[in-house]
Parts: sequence; C-alpha cells; structure tokens
Amino acid sequence: LSLLAAIGALETGLIFGLVAMGVYLTFRVLDFPDLTVDGSFPLGAAVAAALIVGGHGPFSALIMATAAGALAGLFTAWLNQRFQILHLLASILTMIALFSINVRIMGKPNIALIDTPSVADPFLAMAGPDWGKSLALAVAAALIWALLARFLASDLGLALRATGTNARMARAQGVDTRLMTYAGLALSNGIVALAGGLFAQVSGFADVTQGTGTIVVGLAAVILGETLLPSRRLWLALIAAVAGSVLYRFAVALALDSDGLGLQSSDLSLVTAAIVALALMAPRLRAEWRAKRQSQANGAKAP
Amino acid sequence: MRFSLILKVFFASLAGFAAGPGQAQSGAKPPLVAITAIVEHPALDAVRAGITAELAAQGYKQGESVRITFESAQGSTATAAQIARKIAGDAPAVAVGISTPSAQALAAAAKQVPLVYAAVTDPVAAGLIPAAGTPKEKITGVSDMSPLGDQVALIREILPGAKKLGVLFNPGEANSVALVAALKTVAAKAGFEVIEGPATKTADVQQAARSVLSKADAIYVPTDNTVVSAFEAVAAAGRQARKPVFAGDTASVAKGAVAAVGFDYDTVGRQAGALAARILKGEAPGAIPPEDARGTDLKVNPAAAAAIGLSLPAQVLARAKAL
Repeated sequence: LSLLAAIGALETGLIFGLVAMGVYLTFRVLDFPDLTVDGSFPLGAAVAAALIVGGHGPFSALIMATAAGALAGLFTAWLNQRFQILHLLASILTMIALFSINVRIMGKPNIALIDTPSVADPFLAMAGPDWGKSLALAVAAALIWALLARFLASDLGLALRATGTNARMARAQGVDTRLMTYAGLALSNGIVALAGGLFAQVSGFADVTQGTGTIVVGLAAVILGETLLPSRRLWLALIAAVAGSVLYRFAVALALDSDGLGLQSSDLSLVTAAIVALALMAPRLRAEWRAKRQSQANGAKAP
Repeated sequence: MRFSLILKVFFASLAGFAAGPGQAQSGAKPPLVAITAIVEHPALDAVRAGITAELAAQGYKQGESVRITFESAQGSTATAAQIARKIAGDAPAVAVGISTPSAQALAAAAKQVPLVYAAVTDPVAAGLIPAAGTPKEKITGVSDMSPLGDQVALIREILPGAKKLGVLFNPGEANSVALVAALKTVAAKAGFEVIEGPATKTADVQQAARSVLSKADAIYVPTDNTVVSAFEAVAAAGRQARKPVFAGDTASVAKGAVAAVGFDYDTVGRQAGALAARILKGEAPGAIPPEDARGTDLKVNPAAAAAIGLSLPAQVLARAKAL
C-alpha cells in the first residue's frame, strides 16, 4: 500500500464519512430508512459542478449543493408525511426522479472540474499536493460533526431523537413529529449532497451515475463503526460512523493492492466484502475465544 | 536524425539516473503500464484487450519488458477516484484511463503521470484536452467519437460526382448538433455542400427525408437516436427518390443503408496501445496529437445499392465485411 493510495483511501473515506453521518441521522436517530441519498449525493455533485462551471465560487457552490440536497430530503418527507407513502417507497421515488433532474441540472451526463477552483485550494497551498485534499476534507467532516453533535444535544435535536425512539410517546410530550421528520430528512440529505459536492471538487468530475450504491456504502460505514466503536453517546457514534467509512475505504485500498495473491481485478468487490466481514467478525470471535479460555482456566482450577 | 536519437538516449539515461536513488530496487523492473476502467463490459474489455495486444506487437510483453496492471472500479466512481490515487502512488510510466470517469479521475489525481485516455467520446467536454487534436502536457488519447472523416471519404469514394449531401438529425439532441457541426467542416473539405434536414420526432423523419432528397444527391444519417429509430422510413424515401442513404452506424446497413463505416473497440484499444508505446519509448504525451477512433469496420448492402441502380466500386466491396 503506497502512501498516496493510503491518502486516497483517507480522502474517499472522509467524503463518505459525511454520507455515513447523514445516513446515521435517518436510519439510526430518526428510524427512517431513507434511500434518497443515492440521488442526493450526485445532486450535490451536479449542483456544485454546474455552478462552478458557470463561474460561481467553490464555497458558494457547496452551500447551494447542500440546500439542493435538503430540498430533496424535504420532498421525500412530504411524500411520506402528507400522502402516507411508505418511507422506503417515498425515498425510492425521489431517488429515481433525481436521476433525470441531475441530467437537467448539468445539461449533460458528466461535467469535468479538472482545472477549476476548488475548496481544497487553500489547503493544497498550506499542506502540499499530497495531504491538502485530506486536510480540507477532515476540516469539513470535523465541522459537520461538531454542528451535528451540538444540534442533537439541543432541545430540537432531543425532539428529533424522541421522534425516532418512540413517535407516539414524543407526540404525547408535545413534539411535532411531522416537523421532526421534515427536519431530519432535510438535514441528512443536505449533508449527503455536501459530500457529493466535495466529491466532485476533489475528484475532478460530476457524473450522473455516481450515486449508485451510496446508501450501501453509507450503511456499511455506520455498521462497521458501531461494531468497532460501540457507544451509546451520539457524538461518539457519529465519529464511529466516519471511522467506519475510512476503514471501509482502506479495505478497498487493500483489495486493490492484493493482485499478487492470484486475484484478478473483478474480485475487488469480493475481497472488499471479505475484509469488511473479517473486521465485523473480529470483536465477536475474540470475545468468544476469550470466554472459552476463561472457562478452560476455570475448569482447570476446579478439581 | 542520428544526433536526435543520441540526445534522446542521453536524456533517457539521465532520467534513469535521476530516478535511480529513490527507487534503487525497482530500477531493474520493467516499466509499469497501469490501465483502469470504470466497469467491465464488452466494449471496454475489447479496448483493454486491444491495448495489451498492441503493446505486445510493439515488443512490450507482459511480465518481460513491461508490467501491465488492470483495475476496474466495478461501476463505482468513488472507487475510480481511489484507483486513480493508487495509480498516482505507483507512479507508472503510462496510465491508461478507459471511459470518461476513469480518465477524469486520473487527470485530477495523478497530474504527474503521463495519461492516455481511451473510449472517451468527447475528450474536450470531459476536460481532458484543451481542443480537438491538441494534447495537454501530460494527456493524450483516443476518443470513440463517430469517425466522420472516414465516413465522408467513403461517400465520396462511392459517389465521385456528388455535390450536395443531406443530413437528417434531431436538433434537440446535443450529440447530433455537435456531429452535424463537425460534419460541415469535414464535408466541405471533401467538396460537399451540407443540406440540413431537422426532425424533432420520429414521425417527422420521413417528411424531412423527402424534403432533403429533393435537394441533395445523397443522405447521411449520423448516430442520432431519433432518426436511427426511424431508419426504415429514410431508406424507403431513398429508394423512392433513387438516391443512396448512408449511415453513421453499421447496424443501419441491414435496415437499408447502402454502406456505413464504423469502428470497433478493439481498434480503439490498439490505437491507445500505440500511443502508450510511443510514451514508453520516450515521447512526451504533450507532443502526441490525440486521435479519434479509426473507421475500420466497413459494411455494404449491395442489394440496397442495386435497388436504386447504383453500383459499388470494386475496391469498396473488397474492403467491406459482407452484410
């Protein structure tokens, strides 16, 4: 694993760490399985790319991308809350529609951002071409983490968490659970679209197909983080989600590097899955192994 | 000539020494060619096979005089970005990006690595090169744009006396508008005046064909989704007016086009492989003009030609793959 490959894994991991925090918010906090992210991730990329090519600054492009993602989340929440469409189906509908909308926004299926200004530029000047992008993305992830952790500890955040834990109880306490669903989905998809906008700027292109599998990678990161860093504290759980995402990307990087073992390029997904599965099994296997040894030791002591 | 060769060898060995201390162990290793594609599918796999075949034909045998690696992003652009970073870290002699996203990811992440793109339809819009036919400092490659030059040359070969060439297309398709604009330049060089026949939906195609045929000597149908969907209507209008219809895709020959020349992805790969070999031999990518796919796949329909009383030249028939 070369240094640049490791840095690349860190960069992609941090971007999808943002996605993982968004996914954590809907799946875990709000208990709303939201597949909109497969559409809002490329939506953020599309909006950011179209604005930058149109002459807007990279920072304002990111803000608009976040706003567009929040709108997509609001639409899913509207379908679900106003018309009682099942949450999964409501989010799938938004996700499908966003494919066409993303092509409309870009005017074509792909926009190049190779020599355009990006939010990473000041960091590249500061930390050099190798680490600059990672630094920019780490700052973005830390910022979103801090804001999100602060928000979830506020009154509004507590109401959001209550909605996810027990909606009927929350309503009895005077929480407007409909409003909370709107807020949660807007926030989650806004963060995911921000990640999409960052991906476009850092990777040099926005492509309509880039949303495929976003939810799977986001969920994998959340679960990987929960297994390796189990915690009941929300702020720690969010960090765990980001860590899970970075770890997932290191698994991909290791899989990419494994061509010496008689594997071929098409085995990439299998090897990635195997590495992640091993990481998930490890804590349990270790606990079982320890328990076994303990009981053996006890057995030896007994007459 | 001799002198420039000596200079080249001198500079190559100098570069070798400069790189020497940093990678003392890898000094003996053959140069690395890192190929990556966004996904495995028949067209992209054919490009990859063509690259390896051409490199082998030029004396770069896998494992002996060159190391060729291949990574597929398996459909994920995030993985494509990560592969690009890995390739930047491996610092190959040449990186080859097959498909637009893979080439763009390499262009953004591996700025110091010589890059050959392949099977990118519009490399200028993809931000890879500044203008058609002009390489970037580290980037050159082969597009899979319709080989208009070869197609117009074919029409000229079959109709040496024709002056006006009609083109049917949907002005709502961005791709077709670009193709027609390019066609005008290419056709003018071959002595054709282009007569445009716009059709915004398949129902309008036959009428547009009749209108164009009343003014033009032949019709050319580019790879336009609207017109190609109604190709039978164009062919019927051509038979009625006893004027030939040419196509931009070989699949339309069976539907009544007189002839078409297309490209196959193996050839695109071979062209890209040849560019990679030139870079391996020491040429700078910035000095190698980017290419379009070569039209090598010629198909003719002698029955359609006979129906309008047109006889195809013997040398065209000799080159053609039978319908």
